[in-house]
Amino acid sequence: MKLTFPQYLSRIGFSALAALLGALFALPLIWFLFAPFNTRAELGLQLPEEWSLQNFMTVFGNAFAMRGLLNSLIQSVGGVILVGIAATLAAYALSRSSIPGKGAVTYVLLLFSSVVSGSAAMVPIFLIISSVGLIDTHIAVILVFAGGLLPTAMFILRDFIDGIPKTYEESAMVAGASPVQAFFDVALPVIRPGIVVVVVWAFVNIWGSFLIPFILLRSDDLMPSSVAIYSFYSEAGTPIVTLLAAYSLIYSLPVIVLYLFVSWKFGFRFFGGIKA
Amino acid sequence: MASVSFQNVTKTFGNFSAVSDISFLIGDGEFVCLLGPSGCGKTTSLRMIAGLETPTSGKIMIGDTDVTNLHPKDRQISMVFQDYALYPHMNLADNIAYPLKVRGESVEKRHARAKEVADVLKIGDLLQRLPSQISGGQQQRTSLARALVYPSRVYLFDEPLSNLDAKLRLEARGFLNHLQRDMGMTAVYVTHDQAEAMALATRIAVMDRGRIVQFAPPVEIYRRPATTFVANFVGNPPMNLVPVEAAIEGDALQLRAHGLIVRDIGLSQGVRAAITKSPRLTLGVRPEHLTLGGMENANSISGKLFANENMGPESLVTFERQDGGRVTARIFTDDHVDAADMVSVTFSAHHAHLFDADGLRIPLDGERAL
Repeated sequence: MKLTFPQYLSRIGFSALAALLGALFALPLIWFLFAPFNTRAELGLQLPEEWSLQNFMTVFGNAFAMRGLLNSLIQSVGGVILVGIAATLAAYALSRSSIPGKGAVTYVLLLFSSVVSGSAAMVPIFLIISSVGLIDTHIAVILVFAGGLLPTAMFILRDFIDGIPKTYEESAMVAGASPVQAFFDVALPVIRPGIVVVVVWAFVNIWGSFLIPFILLRSDDLMPSSVAIYSFYSEAGTPIVTLLAAYSLIYSLPVIVLYLFVSWKFGFRFFGGIKA
Repeated sequence: MASVSFQNVTKTFGNFSAVSDISFLIGDGEFVCLLGPSGCGKTTSLRMIAGLETPTSGKIMIGDTDVTNLHPKDRQISMVFQDYALYPHMNLADNIAYPLKVRGESVEKRHARAKEVADVLKIGDLLQRLPSQISGGQQQRTSLARALVYPSRVYLFDEPLSNLDAKLRLEARGFLNHLQRDMGMTAVYVTHDQAEAMALATRIAVMDRGRIVQFAPPVEIYRRPATTFVANFVGNPPMNLVPVEAAIEGDALQLRAHGLIVRDIGLSQGVRAAITKSPRLTLGVRPEHLTLGGMENANSISGKLFANENMGPESLVTFERQDGGRVTARIFTDDHVDAADMVSVTFSAHHAHLFDADGLRIPLDGERAL
């Protein structure tokens, strides 16, 4: 195909613009890959003169920050288990049962979910948790996250389950399975890809959240990484770039590992129905 | 095997009544087809036998057991679904053996039995595959194998062949017919395909708007449709229905319609009674009973040629009478029919069906027993 001159020009222009945009997005990531290994890293992008693990050594020596990683893991996994199980059961019930007004229930819950996990509800949440006596516990963080994420998780999963033919469970029951057997033998494996999506989404949400643990926790040894990361700021509030970069890299690894694991194991795809 | 009976069963969804007060008995070893257009209540009826729907009122019996409110798992039945409902995460062996698994059979036993059934259905060498890795026809046979893997009292089929292409459908239909002869199973088979119903059923229940219009062996459904609805639903192409104005002149029956000449259709007691109620009757003749040209002094219909379709062993000649009503004749010949612009077909009196103003069949005198 022969291009006219204006076409040629507009293509070059478009490619140049795309390249510029790409570079803008790539720069911080490239910085993020180089800075942790540079003992003299600054906010500007530069190749390390000498590759070193010194930053990591210092970070590993910071007990508060290391403990933070474990705390993040406890809170995320706890929250994910709660959200995963509750959302699956609730969404399955909402999808398959014939409760009148179940559609309205889902939408109202979805509406409230953005309120619950948002900063607007921080005071009431603090008061509730405080009066229950759970302030400064992992459970408090896990419960609040579960409450905040559950409606959206239910909404996503319900939509997913709605798309799966009822005949799977029906054929299982006709074949002699009880409703519970039909759920575990047939329905659960079929909706598993949907659950995986929700689990990853919930994990990333909890792992990266700062405000809720910051407000609900007191003791240093319960703080998650998102809070502990502030130990790499000087008294004056300026970040110690070298250590911050190293810690951030460690902090982001579990999420990356989770993505890789899930896409290797489950492939982020849906079974769907079988078409003839 | 067991019988199935409906006693005044009604099922309503909100304001819509899917099944209205139907009663019937399906005998032990019968293969009954529920035939009708979509929304006629046939699938709902089947699902009530399976226990996947609960009747709003009425009683359903399987054998001597009242199953009206029994959970599907306790009914000892098998069902083949339209979409096959094969479990996508299990291989064929596990799919077929699933009913045995929930019955607590050991792995070796149930896989051996699955292999046995799969071999009969010629999918024995696919047992390690997943449902997504086999063809539509093989999926259909897998779902059939799952239904046959354990002894059931009743076998239910919900349009099991409708997702297959035409050639596979014929093959599967033949196999089902063979299976029925072999096993003598009690089966209820839902379909909207009249040819399937005719080929498979020992009796057909034709349904319309939640009611059973006619419940009879295929031959009777074909030869003596109880209503114009049945006449119009069964047969391919369906029966030609011509609205006629009836009158009695002397001792002869006169039927008047555009392009229609009737000479020797007998005047029965039934026709007399129907005419006194309303002279607006309907004459029905099957396309295969119309002859192109034919003898003089025969009953005939004529009109302007509309379409002439050569189907191979036969031709479908459709013509339009003056009032726009179309009539199709099925002409059996290997050669292409050269139909003129004006078409005239003849039929003999014993192939004529008469329906009264309400669309109900009027029995003719001297009707041969079936």
